[in-house]
Amino acid sequence: MEIEQPDVDDVVQLEDPWVTIVWNDPVNLMSYVAYVFRNYFGYTEEKAHELMMAVHTDGRAIVSSGSREQMERHVQAMHEYGLWATLDRSDAA
Amino acid sequence: MKPFKKRRRGGTTATFEAAEAHLLASLTSQVVELLRDRNAAGESDPDPLAVQLGLGGPAEPPEDPVLRRLLPDAYRAESFRGADEDAADFRRLTERSLTSLKVQNAETLLASLITGGLTPGLPTEDDPQVEVELDAAEVQAWLKALTDVRLSLAVRLGIETDEDAQLVAHSDDEATAAMAEIYDWLGYVQESLVVSLD
Repeated sequence: MEIEQPDVDDVVQLEDPWVTIVWNDPVNLMSYVAYVFRNYFGYTEEKAHELMMAVHTDGRAIVSSGSREQMERHVQAMHEYGLWATLDRSDAA
Repeated sequence: MKPFKKRRRGGTTATFEAAEAHLLASLTSQVVELLRDRNAAGESDPDPLAVQLGLGGPAEPPEDPVLRRLLPDAYRAESFRGADEDAADFRRLTERSLTSLKVQNAETLLASLITGGLTPGLPTEDDPQVEVELDAAEVQAWLKALTDVRLSLAVRLGIETDEDAQLVAHSDDEATAAMAEIYDWLGYVQESLVVSLD
């Protein structure tokens, strides 16, 4: 008899989502960071501005959450834009 | 430089003095060289298919501080147990393709300068202005390549905080002050491009 195994990846996605964090740096222009959040993530101007200000004043901001694979794609994209980004477990972030 | 502006019929244009275009080309070429050297370092990889697919890259971050900033770790070692191994795995699988993308962006920037009238070789006084006209994809490449050039200059200038940027601009050291001026100018170029896109 075949026992159906729970899909571990799905469980992880539901209970342990990952996050993409963008860190403050003194080089990237505020206008550029907000532009990247708008253009890449498709955020509204208002949300992109809020996130950019959070990066600037708090030193970092969680800009997205979801599966590990998604967050790895986002981090790679942020690195291509020259933003300093990492992914993390949401409970550790 | 005449700042970037959007043309009604499409395209984003700017005009550079010949000396400015030469400077931008030279700084961008330096970034390309650095990135190419990084990717070339692993070409003796035993698995040619992995190399071709952009996999099988180095697991260790670059020693060069500029490359380290251009190709940062995706996981922070102090964040959770095993994060350092995840960072190494991720780098091994993705660093080569990130490096190639950055080289492509920089080459797109260089190509549009040449299309715009940049004469290769050393600048002379008779060189004409360089007028670039960018389509949407070229705009993206310029934004990213300008960022990489600014990041590399910032590392060389030792800019790690917002205050550092102010300090180097007023440095007594002439070479530092000159480089800081170029860094500021590149910020102006990029700001003008970002603003033109609204």
